Amino acid sequence: MGFVTPDYGTIFWMCVVFGITVWILKRFAWKPILNGLKAREQQIARALASAESAREEMKRLAAHNEAVLQEARAEKENILKEAITLKNKLLSDAKEQAAMESEHLLEMAKHKIEEEKNAAINDIRQQVAELSVEIAEKVLRRELSNPTAQQQLVDSIVKDMNIS
Amino acid sequence: MCFALLPAARANESSAFDAGKFVMEHVSDAHEWHLFTVGDVHVSIPLPVILYSKTGGFHVFLSSRFEHGHAVWQNFRIAQEGSPHAGKIVELDASGTELAALPWDFSITKTVAGLIFSAIIIILLFTWLARRMQQIAGHAPSGLLNMLEPVILFVRDDVAKSSIGEHYERFMPFLLSVFFFILINNLFGLIPIAPFGANVTGNIGVTLVLALFTFFVTSFSGNRHYWKEIFNPDVPVWMKFPLFPLMQLIEIMSMFIKPIVLMVRLFANMLAGHMVITVFLSLIFMFSALLGPVASYGVSVLSVIFSVFITLLDVLVSFIQAYVFTLLSALYIGMATSGEH
Repeated sequence: MGFVTPDYGTIFWMCVVFGITVWILKRFAWKPILNGLKAREQQIARALASAESAREEMKRLAAHNEAVLQEARAEKENILKEAITLKNKLLSDAKEQAAMESEHLLEMAKHKIEEEKNAAINDIRQQVAELSVEIAEKVLRRELSNPTAQQQLVDSIVKDMNIS
Repeated sequence: MCFALLPAARANESSAFDAGKFVMEHVSDAHEWHLFTVGDVHVSIPLPVILYSKTGGFHVFLSSRFEHGHAVWQNFRIAQEGSPHAGKIVELDASGTELAALPWDFSITKTVAGLIFSAIIIILLFTWLARRMQQIAGHAPSGLLNMLEPVILFVRDDVAKSSIGEHYERFMPFLLSVFFFILINNLFGLIPIAPFGANVTGNIGVTLVLALFTFFVTSFSGNRHYWKEIFNPDVPVWMKFPLFPLMQLIEIMSMFIKPIVLMVRLFANMLAGHMVITVFLSLIFMFSALLGPVASYGVSVLSVIFSVFITLLDVLVSFIQAYVFTLLSALYIGMATSGEH
């Protein structure tokens, strides 16, 4: 049974060949292959993690955008509301002012009219007084001559005066 | 290695078919790589013979000098049947009788040649693979790399990582080398045409060295706990120190039995596979010799079907044995490196 007794020549060569093979493979094959595999696994893990974080980031951004939009909408509403109140205030202010102005003008006009009227009345009074004096003068001049004529004269003067 | 084909002289063997010899020749080692025989002409690849004898010093020559065992060259010849050293190279003295002391034989035999061939293929294959790996860094693998990567990952994740644990990376080069060395040699052994077909993993010397490597790796990487379990096992005192240290003896024996089992399992499986295939094929010739050519035609159909079946089975066995050897090596290493339990 030759083949169950190990042959030292085969053992020797096997040691040499297998030893060299393991050494070369370890150095030039397994190290790069295992490193490559590990690097790829890490790369995949990293890619997955970064995809996950990107998704998170997207979600966060979307939420942020929504918030910003909401804020902008609220601000717009606010501005609009403010503008409306401002408009209303301006309008009412203007109205008030106009009313006051017109009242003031009216007052002034009334005042003026009153003044004019008073002036006119005073004037009339003065004229009446002057006329009265004049008439009295004329009457006094003529009274002594004829009483009837005197009467007629007064009447005619009064008629002439035509006081409005 | 010289691959010149040498049609040799006519063989003198009797033409009667000897199935036992046929099978043995196919699974045994030889100093030449037999290719085929046409009639009585043997065609084989001559392999280098390297001898050292105390009387004659070093001798290196091609095995074709022996003319298939029929000739004497530089006082050496292959011992014939009937000699106590049949099949081995013996030295002759001046009168032509065999010397009792055999010369040291470090010849490149068929097994060694097959071994060197597959080692070269393995080195080329995996260094090429490593280069591919660096070229495609960061991209998806393709082709051969794609095919072998899952196997490497399998050895790493399901063999090394699960058996050894956290320190598995140190042993990866060894385990991967053992796995692919056994696997590729097993598969090459199934291809019947030279330079394949050498019965490498079915040679006990080869499996012995593989087992020895596992033994040394296990022993050198063994931690304090591992050695403590051998020399001071965790058993009742009366089992450790009666008249003789029984448990220590068992533990030390198991240290050596583990690699021996590895060696025998791989060797026996691969040898048996080769033998069964050749036995089925030799049935054709046995029937031919016994019952004439017609019977052998009928048997040949069956024989070929069975041989194909066994070959396919051997492909499976090749993978299983490579896996089992690597797994058990990993388990032994794991046992030697694991901490307290």
